[in-house]
Amino acid sequence: MSATKSHLVEQLKTGLDAPICLTWELTYACNLECVHCLSSSGRRDPRELTTDEAKAVLDELHDLQVFYINIGGGEPMIRRDFFELLEYSISRGIGVKFSTNGAFIDADKARRLAAMDYLDIQISLDGTDAVTNDAVRGEGSYDTAIRAMNHLRDAGFGEFKISVVVTRHNVDQLDEFKALADSFGAQLRVTRLRPSGRGADSWHDLHPTNAQQRQIYEWLLAHGDNVLTGDSFFHLNALGEEPLPGLNMCGAGRVVCLIDPIGDVYACPFVIHDEFKAGSVRDAGGFAHVWKHSELFAELREPQSAGACASCGSYDACQGGCMAAKFFVGIPLDGPDPECVGGHGEAAMLAASAIDRPRPMMDHSKPVRVATPERVPVTIGRR
Amino acid sequence: MDDTTVADADETTTALTDDLLDDELLVEEISIDGMCGVY
Amino acid sequence: MRRLLTPTPVSLLDHHLELDQQVALRPEPFGALAYHYGNRKLIFLKHPDVVRVVQALADHDTLADTLRACDIDPARWPSFERALASLTESEMLHERHEVAPR
Repeated sequence: MSATKSHLVEQLKTGLDAPICLTWELTYACNLECVHCLSSSGRRDPRELTTDEAKAVLDELHDLQVFYINIGGGEPMIRRDFFELLEYSISRGIGVKFSTNGAFIDADKARRLAAMDYLDIQISLDGTDAVTNDAVRGEGSYDTAIRAMNHLRDAGFGEFKISVVVTRHNVDQLDEFKALADSFGAQLRVTRLRPSGRGADSWHDLHPTNAQQRQIYEWLLAHGDNVLTGDSFFHLNALGEEPLPGLNMCGAGRVVCLIDPIGDVYACPFVIHDEFKAGSVRDAGGFAHVWKHSELFAELREPQSAGACASCGSYDACQGGCMAAKFFVGIPLDGPDPECVGGHGEAAMLAASAIDRPRPMMDHSKPVRVATPERVPVTIGRR
Repeated sequence: MDDTTVADADETTTALTDDLLDDELLVEEISIDGMCGVY
Repeated sequence: MRRLLTPTPVSLLDHHLELDQQVALRPEPFGALAYHYGNRKLIFLKHPDVVRVVQALADHDTLADTLRACDIDPARWPSFERALASLTESEMLHERHEVAPR
């Protein structure tokens, strides 16, 4: 890392006076039930921010000069005021990128979206064929996503993003994902699976193996020129001499954060848990007060201890990995990343007691209905 | 750069900016996607 | 400054630059963030002096005039030229249409 880049990163780690951008999950409602959903979405929370509350937040973000927001959920297009909020955000000078499964992008919506400026769209996809994708995202979700992409292309939307969570089962499809994105004139984005939300349960089966992590690292170096990663693979930098492009730092609570559907502010979308809750936009002083004065964020903006990783020569490259990944598998935050490429994560996970492992606190998963032999439907909560 | 111990934040900032001047890289582009912690 | 015997291309110092309308400049303790809403590029201006110069461009004729007015040591002019060339390449700055200072 160049000297100037490390200066910049050190300054960013102490936090900015306002976020550069942030993630805003508009709703916990979703038409899908992806097995790895970071927000455990499915059912709307009755405490959701109202349209007026959401606009008040946008007014605050305008005053803070937040440049753009990443809208997600759940499925954000489910909200009845989705377009109203989109247009309001843009009118207040805040660009929007929204992440969607595509179910609500028909030809008409695609044209409406194509007519808007300062708007970016990210379609989620986790496999280059229905079998691979639908195993994670549900039956029909592959077709839904492709249909949405076709509509966007036909409407002349321009370059949209295809966002992939890399798993054990789609690692071998990276070339095909790139080709798919190229065929649509879209930009590929590949991101890391964290054991967050419903991901806590599926992580052990889905996360890439050690060999696959090396595969990802090498693929990104060889083919990742125009591929975005959300800087989510910096823990792999310890694999070699050449770091992946990006700032290689955790921005949570420092330059980015999450606003959830009921207005709670968290360090990032992968740590929806009381431990990482900074406050609420409904508190006195609103979002600005939380960003500037939250105790949690002040702590995150302090220099972080390398802890157990201090003696490891790779720490400069990997920065100890991802706090969300550590937290939800029960590893202390100054311990190794569970996917530490040096293998230190495995021992740490064994040491972590199953009793101590944090459970996701906001679970909006839809209940599972099971028909008993007597045909009496029984509702069982997902967890 | 002098040898005195950097005692307070102001001096640290000056030291950093002096380094920057030596390095002569006054602007830096970062990828809008290049920040871990967002979608 | 060395005199060159061969004619040189017009240096950026002689250009009349201005900040693009689609750029938001957000002051930070270390300098500023510049975000271009059109091409979505994000650039860190890493020193307060660069920020001052960019903000002063509109009030002066050429870049050289601006640097002089901002009291920038001539020894630093090459790095400022590089920085503003980089900003121009990113479309954050472009050539003004009117030449006279406002």
